Amino acid sequence: MISGTEGVTVILSIAQMQALQGGRVVACHGGYGFMRRLDAMGIRPGVTIKKIVAQPFRGPSVIRVCGTQVAIGFGMAQRILVEVDE
Amino acid sequence: MSRVVLVGNPNVGKSAIFSRLTGAMVIAANYPGSTVEYTQGSFSHEGENWDIIDIPGTYSLDGISPAEAVADDVIRRAELIINVVDATSLERNLRLTLQLAETGHPLMVALNLWDEATTKGVQIDVAQLERLLGVPVVPVCGLSGEGIPTLLQRLHDAQPLNINVAPDTHWQQVGEIVDQVQQLSHRHPTLLERLETWSLVPWTGIPLALLVMGVAFELVRFLGEGLIRWGLDPLFTYLWMPIMRKLFQWLDGIPLLQSLLIGQLIDGHIDFTQSMGLLTTGLYVPLVMVLPYVLAFYLMLGILEDTGYLPRLGILMDTVMHRVGLHGLTVIPMLLGLGCNVPGALATRIFETRRQRFVAAVLMAICVPCMGQTAMMVALLGPYGWVGLLPVAGTLLVLWVVLALVFKWMSREPAPELFLEIPPYRMPSGRALAQKLWLRMRQFIAEAVPFVLLGVLLVSLLHSLRILDGLAHLAAPMLRTLLGLPEEAVVALIMGLFRKDLAVGMLVPLQLTREQLIVASVVLATYFPCIATFSVLLREFGGKGMLKASVLMIGVSLLVGSILHLVL
Repeated sequence: MISGTEGVTVILSIAQMQALQGGRVVACHGGYGFMRRLDAMGIRPGVTIKKIVAQPFRGPSVIRVCGTQVAIGFGMAQRILVEVDE
Repeated sequence: MSRVVLVGNPNVGKSAIFSRLTGAMVIAANYPGSTVEYTQGSFSHEGENWDIIDIPGTYSLDGISPAEAVADDVIRRAELIINVVDATSLERNLRLTLQLAETGHPLMVALNLWDEATTKGVQIDVAQLERLLGVPVVPVCGLSGEGIPTLLQRLHDAQPLNINVAPDTHWQQVGEIVDQVQQLSHRHPTLLERLETWSLVPWTGIPLALLVMGVAFELVRFLGEGLIRWGLDPLFTYLWMPIMRKLFQWLDGIPLLQSLLIGQLIDGHIDFTQSMGLLTTGLYVPLVMVLPYVLAFYLMLGILEDTGYLPRLGILMDTVMHRVGLHGLTVIPMLLGLGCNVPGALATRIFETRRQRFVAAVLMAICVPCMGQTAMMVALLGPYGWVGLLPVAGTLLVLWVVLALVFKWMSREPAPELFLEIPPYRMPSGRALAQKLWLRMRQFIAEAVPFVLLGVLLVSLLHSLRILDGLAHLAAPMLRTLLGLPEEAVVALIMGLFRKDLAVGMLVPLQLTREQLIVASVVLATYFPCIATFSVLLREFGGKGMLKASVLMIGVSLLVGSILHLVL
């Protein structure tokens, strides 16, 4: 890391994250139903997640959240923003 | 009698506990959404009778999806709730527990998968959790039955949750509870956990999927063939045949019974596949030609289900499936449909929208032959080797893709997104596998044998009343000109409405060429579902939906059959 960028937060969508990157969810964008579905699985702002599998060609992502693994389609994964750990 | 409802997140083991409590056999599997219907049962404990309902798993009681709304309704009318909680994922599971508090019903918590949590390094202070919630908390293991007696003993301690729940602070409250009762110890991932990741990463996952499917296919073929060749066929040939010969002579004076029970002699002999008697063909087709493959298939499917491989296959397929407008989990109803279209159609309930369910069900009904049908096609076309079977399988696969694309093109909805909890890999329990296999075989025998017998009876009646000639005459232009099949094939088409396997069997006496057999097999697979599947589809999608599907099926079937006839 270049000196001077320390402390700068990197925010990526789950779809953009690399496999094995972890972080804290900062925002989810979508309608009421979408937010409820995420919430029921424990995906909500403030929660820490870890991406386990990244699939190429706009495939689904797999993350670990609340002790379970969850697969998320590409379109949905694009709408969940994560502040990535350094 | 008091009414108990089992409530919990998907795939926490409600069905296993239900089965333990009632002694009833239910089909459980290691993926979310394997229970799609309500199962009712009863049990008695210390002279008291209880009614118990196992409902499909739900993550919340918000009632967004229709399934959740119905679950909500059942829960509202419960007198006692057993909240089944996955101990390995306490935080997410307890949120539902808090939501259940709002119903005000007496509640108790069954902390399932206790053994798995321990090996995963999750330690839960049960006494503390019980104090905080104010309701009985019992660690159990649904699969082995550990803890179930304690669960029963404490039924009367159940009471409404002792917590004031504020609607928008569920997670915060859950967090506070979990902090006080749960301790996680770190440990290295086990081989099984590494395998979980390997089977989802494309570079290792795709070769693994091909290997799994290849082994599964070979296993079914090997077991099915072996059972027929070394078990059931000799049994029928050497034991049943002499009895049938005796019976035939004995019935000499009563030609009606003779032809009904034994059927017609082929070249002076009883032929189990062609004679068309109730006791000959009527038993031989379902019990010898089909049952071994069904048994082998369900054994293999049971293993795939219980290890937790199926949802992973779905995730791996999602990228491809998305291109044709479906999501990866569509593989589950399709795979179940390969066994029997009825459970396949029911499994479409895992999808959220009606359109998704309809598309998946129609694709399955048209393009996925059930095991009975497949077994008979193998018997008929197998002797030609791959040039016999590959055109049928290939046509159905291409048709599946084309139809999916047509549906995608007709719809304005974007392709649905995959969103699913992935269960951990688990070692299947032999007892659960055997129970599930037994249950499915019992269902098969109860459904297949009567319909085959009914079909055989109908054919002999139609024969003796000379109705078939008239029907054959009517169908001749379509069959001959479009499909290049003899007009007698109309019998098979009629039979296909009862049982597809018997229908394929009806092609045997027609002495068809390889090309004709291929056309007939594809047409029989696609043109209409059997009566059992039809009734399920009708129930799921109503008259209008079924009418749409029927028009599509018949149209597609004639079109594809004609094309094959031209090409081959």
